[in-house]
Amino acid sequence: MMSAASQETAVSTGRIARTFIYLVLLLFSLYYLLPLYVMVVNSVKPLSEITGGNMMALPQTFTLEPWASAWSTAQIGVEPTGLKPYFINSILMVVPAVAISTILGALNGYVLTKWRFKYDGIVFGLLLFSCFIPFQIVLIPMAVVLGKLGIAGSVSGLVLVHVVYGIGFTTLYYRNYYAAFPTELVRAAMIDGAGFFRIFWRILLPVSGPITVVSVIWQFTNIWNDFLFGVSFGGTRQPMTVALNNLVQSSTGVKEYNVHFAGAILAALPTLLVYIVAGRYFVRGLMAGSVKG
Amino acid sequence: MGFLDISNVTKAYGNVEVLHHVDISVQEGEFLVLVGPSGCGKSTLLNMIAGLEGISSGDISIKGKVVNGVHPSKRNIAMVFQSYALYPNMTVAQNITFGLEMHGIPKAERDKALAEVAKLLQIDHLLSRKPGQLSGGQRQRVAMGRALVRNPDVFLFDEPLSNLDAKLRVDMRTEIKKLHHKLKTTIVYVTHDQIEAMTLSTRIAVMYKGYVQQLGTPKEIYDTPANLFVATFMGSPAMNILPARVVTENGAPHAEITDADGQKRHLRFSGNGIASWANRDILLGIRPEAITDPEGADRKSGNVQQIRNRVTVTEPAGSDTFVTMTLSGKDAISRMRADSNVVPGETFDFAINMDKAVAFDPESENRIVV
Repeated sequence: MMSAASQETAVSTGRIARTFIYLVLLLFSLYYLLPLYVMVVNSVKPLSEITGGNMMALPQTFTLEPWASAWSTAQIGVEPTGLKPYFINSILMVVPAVAISTILGALNGYVLTKWRFKYDGIVFGLLLFSCFIPFQIVLIPMAVVLGKLGIAGSVSGLVLVHVVYGIGFTTLYYRNYYAAFPTELVRAAMIDGAGFFRIFWRILLPVSGPITVVSVIWQFTNIWNDFLFGVSFGGTRQPMTVALNNLVQSSTGVKEYNVHFAGAILAALPTLLVYIVAGRYFVRGLMAGSVKG
Repeated sequence: MGFLDISNVTKAYGNVEVLHHVDISVQEGEFLVLVGPSGCGKSTLLNMIAGLEGISSGDISIKGKVVNGVHPSKRNIAMVFQSYALYPNMTVAQNITFGLEMHGIPKAERDKALAEVAKLLQIDHLLSRKPGQLSGGQRQRVAMGRALVRNPDVFLFDEPLSNLDAKLRVDMRTEIKKLHHKLKTTIVYVTHDQIEAMTLSTRIAVMYKGYVQQLGTPKEIYDTPANLFVATFMGSPAMNILPARVVTENGAPHAEITDADGQKRHLRFSGNGIASWANRDILLGIRPEAITDPEGADRKSGNVQQIRNRVTVTEPAGSDTFVTMTLSGKDAISRMRADSNVVPGETFDFAINMDKAVAFDPESENRIVV
């Protein structure tokens, strides 16, 4: 079906033009894939091959030693723990933060479109405004708040920070998605006897798949990749990004490039995975509602 | 005290009052149609009966119990929406039984009720489908099924046929009427289509600008409209409204109008009620079917007046031919038999059934009793 559609809608071009287009595209993709190639190739080489040879060359002796080292024995700051505990920190932070901010965003969107109240437009405007606040501005007030709540330097503190920061975006997504959802359905469900949460759970959520994917991907990548909040509020439970920085910066003596490459890939792997698994729904979700059918 | 009582109900948004002191009492088993143009308040009133919109003042009661603050699900009403509002993620069967499930009715009973309704509406074969896989008419049936299965005290219909194509609309109209005959339930039905209102209802409330202009049986509304708005809104083509003057001739009141050539013509009124309007201007209302060729005139009428006039345009519509002529400087339409032989530009004799004529006060636009 896709191919039929693209054949109908594509502008037909000559053979030479087409070859040129493909060549350019090929070049671009190679250029974009180059860093990944360098990282993967050098993460499976012994250090001597990197320092003594060519960054672009394929490994002569294949080894997973750098990966094992990056994961469990490499020096992170002063502790030789590897990235493993920080990876776990990141997971413990990301999963609840994504889940909570997405659920709250969905509820906000539901209320802002289907249970309108006085000044709801202003509430939505303020939530939207939060999307534009730079991270740096909130660092000090956030530190005060976390301190008063007694969760400074903990994973729950980071979860709170990311939830607060993410609600603006998730609310925006869900509000716009639910705005296109017919209000008559909510009214019908009210007459049928369903309450606030039942309508949300049985009527709206089942059709919220595409926008949930968008929200989860967006939140996951942002929270996983965040460095500033992690380094500011992580304390002893710092996330993967901070640990990676410490791994790369704090080596004494010889820089173990192969270990650094392996660590960097480890840090990027979860977001990569999320994109591969849910990426096609991402585009679909972003387009949802813009075109009929 | 009726089955459904709307007494002195108003609706205001801020300072803007959109419904003004509505009083309607509906008896059990009655089919009440609220009809009017867009923005007349008919859907608002229906939503207030359903409990989807609050009541600013006044009372709505069902079976003698005031339901003003009662949640929609506790009023024992069911509603069919314009868009059908079928839950897209549920099958037809789940759609129909959702309300029963929410009210905690056991599965076995739900299945029994579903089977009955499915049989009644002939949708047995659709039960496992999703709404997206149904045609417009089928969705309409499912929406009605969802309302019927609850066995409510009052059915509310919000323009249920307006999304269907012309032919299906007529079929479904008949079907709704049959259903009402069979089930004898109380129905409040909102539409902007005056033909739906006429054909379905036992009583009609014509609404305009937030006021109930007239409440009555279809025949009352059609034959004795309370005012100019009701007269022109109900009926298609619309009633001809002709400026006229009341004159007395041989002791009887006549309407003085002019024909296409500007000649004065006198049409005798059937009653004497309008005699007090002698020598004053009125608006004379004559429905298209009351102007015919002399052979087609209503034989039961005691007062058919002939008039000779020039034809402007003819519009053959198959079953009838609509003939336009000029009367009192306005275009007047008459409904003739399909095979009448009138030709544009020529003059012919026309018969006007003055028994059916109505008159309006040009100032207040209220009807004057002829």
